Amino acid sequence: MIASGIIKGINGPVLNVTTRGNSGMFKMSEMVMVGEKRLVGEVIGIRSGSVVVQVFEDTAGLTPGQTVNGTGRPLSLTLGPGIIGNIFDGIQRPLSAIAKNSGLYVASGVHVDNLDTGKKWPVRVLARPGDVLEEGAVFAEVNETPAVVFKAMVPPGVSGKVRRSVSSGQHTIGETICVLETDSGAAYELKLSQRWPIRAPRPVKERRSVSRPLITGQRIIDTLFPVAKGGMAAIPGGFGTGKTMTQHQLAKWSDADIIVYIGCGERGNEMTEVLEDFSKLTDPRTQQLMMARTVLIANTSNMPVAAREASIYTGITIAEFYRDMGYHVAVMADSTSRWAEALRELSGRLEEMPAEEGYPAYLASRLSGFYERAGYVESLNGSEGSITVVGAVSPQGADFSEPVTQNTKRFVRSFWGLDRTLAYARHFPAIHWIDSYSEYLEDMTDWYNENVGPDFTGRRLQILRILFEESELMEIVKLIGADVLPDSQRLTLAIARVIRLGFLQQNAYHAFDAYVPFSKQLKMMEIILYLHEACKKLLSFNISMNALTDEDIFEQVIQIKYNVGNDEPEKLETYFGKIDGFYETVYQQHG
Amino acid sequence: MDYTGLNEINGSLVVLEGVSNPANEEIVTFTVNNSERKMGRVVQIDGDKAVVLVFEGTQDFSLKNTVSRFTGKPMEIRLSEEILGRVFDGMGRPIDGMGEVFAECTREVNGLAINPVMREYPRNFIQTGISAIDGLITLIRGQKLPIFSGNGLPHDQLAAQIVRQAALKNPTSKDGGSATEKFAVVFAAMGVKYDVADFFRRSFEESGALEHVVMFLNLANDPVAERIITPRAALTVAEYLAFEKDMHILVILTDMTSYAEALREISSSRGEIPSRKGYPGYLYSELASLFERAGIVHGRKGSVTQIPILTMPNDDITHPVPDLTGYITEGQIALERGLFQRGVYPPVSILPSLSRLMKDGIGEGFTRADHPDLSNQLFSSYAHVGEVRALASVIGEEELSENDKRFITYGRLFEEKFIRQNRLENRSMEDTLNLGWELLGLLPREQLDRVKPDMLDKFYKSKSAGDF
Repeated sequence: MIASGIIKGINGPVLNVTTRGNSGMFKMSEMVMVGEKRLVGEVIGIRSGSVVVQVFEDTAGLTPGQTVNGTGRPLSLTLGPGIIGNIFDGIQRPLSAIAKNSGLYVASGVHVDNLDTGKKWPVRVLARPGDVLEEGAVFAEVNETPAVVFKAMVPPGVSGKVRRSVSSGQHTIGETICVLETDSGAAYELKLSQRWPIRAPRPVKERRSVSRPLITGQRIIDTLFPVAKGGMAAIPGGFGTGKTMTQHQLAKWSDADIIVYIGCGERGNEMTEVLEDFSKLTDPRTQQLMMARTVLIANTSNMPVAAREASIYTGITIAEFYRDMGYHVAVMADSTSRWAEALRELSGRLEEMPAEEGYPAYLASRLSGFYERAGYVESLNGSEGSITVVGAVSPQGADFSEPVTQNTKRFVRSFWGLDRTLAYARHFPAIHWIDSYSEYLEDMTDWYNENVGPDFTGRRLQILRILFEESELMEIVKLIGADVLPDSQRLTLAIARVIRLGFLQQNAYHAFDAYVPFSKQLKMMEIILYLHEACKKLLSFNISMNALTDEDIFEQVIQIKYNVGNDEPEKLETYFGKIDGFYETVYQQHG
Repeated sequence: MDYTGLNEINGSLVVLEGVSNPANEEIVTFTVNNSERKMGRVVQIDGDKAVVLVFEGTQDFSLKNTVSRFTGKPMEIRLSEEILGRVFDGMGRPIDGMGEVFAECTREVNGLAINPVMREYPRNFIQTGISAIDGLITLIRGQKLPIFSGNGLPHDQLAAQIVRQAALKNPTSKDGGSATEKFAVVFAAMGVKYDVADFFRRSFEESGALEHVVMFLNLANDPVAERIITPRAALTVAEYLAFEKDMHILVILTDMTSYAEALREISSSRGEIPSRKGYPGYLYSELASLFERAGIVHGRKGSVTQIPILTMPNDDITHPVPDLTGYITEGQIALERGLFQRGVYPPVSILPSLSRLMKDGIGEGFTRADHPDLSNQLFSSYAHVGEVRALASVIGEEELSENDKRFITYGRLFEEKFIRQNRLENRSMEDTLNLGWELLGLLPREQLDRVKPDMLDKFYKSKSAGDF
């Protein structure tokens, strides 16, 4: 029996609902329909005789006395073909359908299907009558977009023998594709779409340890602070330091099969930008439009706050669904701080006892619950897939000691701290090499040895060491200037400058510097270190640093990123010759 | 329904019990002592108990002398094109003595979120004639770009100059505008001094633009709770004129700090749990619900560009109000006391300033191909000037290397020639960019690492301080 109640109190998006005596019982996390407009809500607290409901839409105009009806099921998503390439609000309502319905603005009480139920998909049915299908088994395939093959899977917890199946051809998501006879003898209809509650992680066969990197084409990330496929990373930074830019770069260029981009409490124009850009840009790996592998979840900062809290879960549930098909999914959550603030706002309205800075005490457990849904897994059907989560954090006053950043730091293993001073000097990406870290290198050593070469880790450490030395030297330089330093230290500063300008700085708007293949990144590292060695040798002959800096080799190496295209590896090799030439010249003149 | 008497009065909030089905955010009118009329809004409902925020304050209210009427409607404003040139109070009631607006339609002031799929990404720049802004923090039509200022800094003059030179005087400028395009300014004052409001009015009058301006005035001595409505009323007008009347609207909101303080005051009298510095946890959402009402949408010719002004308490950019604003708006124009004290107008602090939308609205096809690299280089070199100045303050300017001395000169002239300009000076984009290149000429060519070599070949010419 469906539960039902009457609104008693309204406080922003939080309702106090008196249950009707003769109706069924509300369950926690049950989806409810609120009032005459049938706004979507969720049960978040139950007391004797009353329940607390959060509403995912604007509650203006709602009055006490209006009815709240249960639906008997938890707040769920419709998972099926049509997700990729689409843009949804925080509870998976397609924004384009809402626009058709209510025009320019997102009105409340709009009821649209999560996915297009009328669209006929070209389905290849794989299951034949008599086949035994376990949970997670793929029974049909659809070319969802030019870049993604959708695999219709038997929902978790269901298995049986195929009694009958339709033939391949045009089918909608609502049609029955196969009928299973379960062990108990009951018939179970398999459709292209299935529903899944947003707050429940989808089951997997086994969690695997992470072993290979997500290649992003961003030099500072790939070489210095990599994130593993199936790993989790955080990008904290004050406003204007480039969190969103970095997220956009990762969404565009990383080698994941599918991108789930969650715009959580951020700017409307940014979502529009992703939508416009990704519908024009081509993915270098598949030669298809980037939108063909991307799904956007948009809860902009002026959309209802409860849906903001839900948007993160909507995104990660969609990611899990595609992971189960055997895809490597990257989730961009921008920004997790807005989500935490939504938790705080709702918690405040529930009059819960606050912990730090007004955030609820369960902030840490919610954060960890979200990040732990990342991972590299063997799914129920035996395929391998992964979810990499990259969460932006917007610390108040750019102060990393605030609760969201601190709690996030406990659960992520790659930390890309953005620095305001770098951003002010327009050094982008403004990831600070001293504050940032990655714990994944050790896990991925085998992969690097096999695919990159055994000297990668050593080179990486050398680069980092030079940068660390520079940062220590800068303390002195600030006080006495660089000119009085001994030549060996001035060399460190000069090479560190080459690393900073020529390697770490990357131009997101440049035709080919926006995305740099790993192989070129490694060559660039090698060239810089080769230059370092040559200079060290020259200094050892008591040649002065000024003689070295008179040559323009440093500038040439810095300009590699603009002068050598990504498809010109042979041109890169010539730089070793140029450095040799520089060595000879200086040695002849001064040695 | 009319109700006599109140159950509780607490600051701007009153509580009524025994109300039958009050609606959330419904407007309530009060008659005090059978004469005075006031207005309020339902902010919380618990059964038959309604908490109402009284906009004009609760002076003269007692538990007995008040008759409350629940109108059943949310806050609305009357709209038509006639609204241009009119002056309203903070609640949208005419105060210019010209009577009610003849309404073509009415709109809820709260507004609704613009659907992201209906937005069009803003790409057309607005030439403000101010080098610091045009060259480095380019304003884009449909952007929300606040001015972060401090008390006593000339933010009002800057905003007035932008309005004068951008929206009103340049209908035929190069930013895609044409003579047929219609411009208007919506001005909302929240808790500002009478003098400030008067300054803007005079400034609009002098530029002959008063008939294209709609003003909403909630002055420093006007009721605090009204301030919650003022920007909403103004933005409702802006959206109406932009998206229904095809006009390009520039919205000036000042002072956002007073707005945030009004929120804090009401929040604390409601007994809510505060987050940072006593501001309510929903300050971000509240500010966003205002700032996000800027933009361009598909199929409509108009646009809403916002220039909110906020004064940073104690010039602290990490204070919750500028901090949260910076996370919502598309950049900021920060003003700096140091520059102001050295007599530089406009005292735009370059480094913390930013325009997030300029990347797609400048360069080839928009301003000039060299603009992106040039502005990056000006930023980056000026950032280095800061380091050199810090060093100079320790070891003395004399001891600096030749290279560093050139940076000191660059820094000085950059502030004197590029940032500083007269209040009536209207520089073209071309002039601004050329000036930028002249200043870069003070630096050695190999120090210009943000500019592509072919650009350097084309634009770089070595200069010395004597050339200026």
